[in-house]
Amino acid sequence: MGVSMLNLGAALPEMFMAVSALALLMLGVFAGKDKAFRTVSWLAVAVQVVAIILVMTGEGGTAFFGQFSADAFAKFCKVMILIGSATGIIMAMNFAERENMARFEFPILITLATLGMMAMVSATDMLSLYLGLELQSLALYVVAAIRRDTVRSTESGLKYFILGSIASGILLYGMSMVYGFTGSTNFGVLAEILTAGNLPVGAMVGMAFIFAGLCFKVSAVPFHMWTPDVYEGAPTPVTSFFAVAPKIAGLALFIRVAIGPFGGVVEDWQQIIVLISILSMAVGSFAALRQENIKRLMAYSSIGHVGFALVGLAAGTKDGVTGILVYLGIYLVMNLGTFAVILCMRRNDRMAEEITDLAGLAKTKPLMAAITAILMFSMAGIPPLAGFFGKFYVFKAAVDAGLVTLAVIGLVTSVVSAYYYLRIIKVMYFDEPVEGFDRNGTEMNVIMAVATIVILAFVFFPNLLMDSAAAAAASLFGM
Amino acid sequence: MSDVPILSLVTFLPLIGVLFLLRINGDEATVARNSRWVALWTSGFTFLVSLMLWVNFDATTAEFQFVEQADWMPGLNISYHMGVDGISVLFVLLATFLTPICILSAWEAIQKRVKEYMIAFLVLETMMVGMFSALDGLLFYLFFEGVLIPMFIIIGVWGGQRRVYAAFKLFLYTLLGSVLMLVALLAMYFEAGTTDIPTLMEHGFSYNMQLWLWLAFFASFAVKVPMWPVHTWLPDAHVEAPTAGSVILAGVLLKMGGYGFLRFSLPMMPLASETFAPLVFTLSIVAIIYTSLVALAQQDMKKLIAYSSVAHMGIVTIGAFTFNQHGIEGSIFQMLSHGVVSGALFLCVGVVYDRIHTREIDAYGGLVHRMPSYALIFMFFTMASVGLPGTGGFVGEILALLGAFEANTWVAFFAATGLILGAAYALYLYRRIIFGALTKENLKTILDLSPREWLIFAPLVVIVLWMGVYPVSFLDIMHVSVENLVNQVETAQAAAAHAAQLAAN
Repeated sequence: MGVSMLNLGAALPEMFMAVSALALLMLGVFAGKDKAFRTVSWLAVAVQVVAIILVMTGEGGTAFFGQFSADAFAKFCKVMILIGSATGIIMAMNFAERENMARFEFPILITLATLGMMAMVSATDMLSLYLGLELQSLALYVVAAIRRDTVRSTESGLKYFILGSIASGILLYGMSMVYGFTGSTNFGVLAEILTAGNLPVGAMVGMAFIFAGLCFKVSAVPFHMWTPDVYEGAPTPVTSFFAVAPKIAGLALFIRVAIGPFGGVVEDWQQIIVLISILSMAVGSFAALRQENIKRLMAYSSIGHVGFALVGLAAGTKDGVTGILVYLGIYLVMNLGTFAVILCMRRNDRMAEEITDLAGLAKTKPLMAAITAILMFSMAGIPPLAGFFGKFYVFKAAVDAGLVTLAVIGLVTSVVSAYYYLRIIKVMYFDEPVEGFDRNGTEMNVIMAVATIVILAFVFFPNLLMDSAAAAAASLFGM
Repeated sequence: MSDVPILSLVTFLPLIGVLFLLRINGDEATVARNSRWVALWTSGFTFLVSLMLWVNFDATTAEFQFVEQADWMPGLNISYHMGVDGISVLFVLLATFLTPICILSAWEAIQKRVKEYMIAFLVLETMMVGMFSALDGLLFYLFFEGVLIPMFIIIGVWGGQRRVYAAFKLFLYTLLGSVLMLVALLAMYFEAGTTDIPTLMEHGFSYNMQLWLWLAFFASFAVKVPMWPVHTWLPDAHVEAPTAGSVILAGVLLKMGGYGFLRFSLPMMPLASETFAPLVFTLSIVAIIYTSLVALAQQDMKKLIAYSSVAHMGIVTIGAFTFNQHGIEGSIFQMLSHGVVSGALFLCVGVVYDRIHTREIDAYGGLVHRMPSYALIFMFFTMASVGLPGTGGFVGEILALLGAFEANTWVAFFAATGLILGAAYALYLYRRIIFGALTKENLKTILDLSPREWLIFAPLVVIVLWMGVYPVSFLDIMHVSVENLVNQVETAQAAAAHAAQLAAN
């Protein structure tokens, strides 16, 4: 292991992001504050795109004396995160200008949060992990409260901040326990120390704390309480960002911690993950049944999706990790498409957030209704749409690992969750129309179209995503 | 044989029609007219292409024919594998045959969102054909489940009063059964390393595993067939669906369950099938007798026919689990004839529903005075449904009962009793609608069959007569494949019995 090397080259995309974020900040300040919103936003998008290229072409390797690794796993996750962020910024632009939140800091904060996520998924040390996580979290707290003149947004930011800080504290406490009982924070060293049958009780407690903290970050049950409130309260483009990039980063981090330092003691954490996964799937399915607000619905839906993704982690195998990565890739596309739809739910220049507002969309906007229907069927996991394959891969891994009961419970909850996705389709197609929505923005149409095409075409080319996910998972197990 | 991938062509041709449909623009009347024609041409052409399967089919071998295989997920050893044998080829034809009829029957009945309706039907056709031709478990599952999407939309958008309830019930019932099948498929994949159906048939799972796999598959297929007591979605779905939706539902979708038993349960889990056969017999007999009695009490025409479908499918499941040549051939034949006959009966209901807009039996009576041709056609299909010799319904029932008699006399006895009840409710329905005095005001101006309706019924009548008078042309096709299936099952069961005997010694 190239532990004793600074090797800055491996972290080139991150450094580029950091420098660009600062440069954009300067630009914003000197250009006269919020007038530069659009320019800064587009530049931020460009930064993410360049970062994607840098990530894909980077040669990889470890940096910062073994604290940072740009392996295939990190690359795969970074590309997903960057796509999520770039799309998130694009989706926010028109909304921000209309709703009086066009602050040039917004895209910069997103960029910084993204930088934090990239550091997280590359972390191979508890400390670099924590640094990345906090950079992400701090930026996100501010973003949630970006409309500080509205009560809902402020409340949502404050809730997120307080609960997030507690989770960070728990996480840090767990890390200190692990450090105290093993004498190292490095994943590689920890993996050598912690082997089956050799897990000190203190380290195990520490591990439980770390997992609890991570569960909060990915909003897995029972640490999910903040999610519906924050999702509902935050401005919609912020919600759409929250539902995608931080989720992916959080789950990727979860995988890295579980498979890295604790990879030798799968039996000791498998039951935790199984339980969390079942609870998340159940809460995500049942609690969403009665939601009327579509943003709250998406919050519960995302809790459920985290549960499904964790099924792959519960398997604790390479196939399982591959499954999660495929799942996340599809989840990314579905969520971006769905939030593009939600952002298009505007009537007389005001956002409409109730599910009933979609009534009769099939008559007023047939194409958008068809796209939403496809997205919802896919979310429910109905073949031949992409969402099915996400579930297929994680449940396949679970069955391979002998977790048949988990697979059965998971699939049964997916039937329950199908109900509320179908309800949206029902409202759009079977109910009588209400007043139509305003015209969609071009960028939203493009995002919706791309998402739909990916979801429809996935069945023909499952290997494009599958192969790179498998390579990414392999890099994690080769460590 | 030619190199043209006929099966893929038949499967995906309707989707090409969908692409054309998507491009239709203009004012509403033009769109509706063009959509109807495009859909009719597409499905008609698909049917013609599918006849190639019939013509080129080699009935002397049990091998899969028209096989196509292409990489799909090579990393997982899952491939795009299509092919048909004597069991599935007729179902493919059934699906392609009924679709143009459905489209024709919706010509005037569907007036709103015609384009979407036609798209849903063509997508449905792709799913149905794909399902019967898939030779890979995952591919099968894909099509099997994919059927739900268009069906949900068809019932929900163009259905009757309680369409939302019916659509949800259909979707969630079937989905719940299917996910258990998915787990079973994954378990088989884990055990055998592939989901390739021919490979899985050879694999030979352990008895214990077979039991669980069988139950999981049963959960899915029993809902689809549907077997008592999980049949309750069917009357709702049938009643609320538009006529063409009911036709496809009764004609093809129910057969997916029966086909599943023959494709998965019997060859892959022969021992478990033997163990559970009494369960299947019991449920089927209950279904035949109980749903026949329920049918007698119905006030709604479609509901009555829906319950009769449950009863007829009971014969199918009994036939399938007799494990002998007669029973299985009878089961397949019964599925085919029931597909045509019950489809035709729903069309008959559709004819009067389009005119009077009610399905209440009491709202009719004495139709023979105004609609003699309709009365004739309706009588023909009622008789076919009852199983009158000379119609397709007879052959399937007699073969299945013969098979049941060979397997277990009591099963045959109870099943045959059910058929008497079948005659009772069918004739009772016919009497109440067609005969009697024509007293209702709104019936006094009712018109007889239009040329379009004649066009719909003519091929159905021909097929039903053909199946009844000369069933050999259908039985020949399935014969060798069924023989192979029976051998497969018997060999496995004999081997197990032998092993058990050795262990006992």
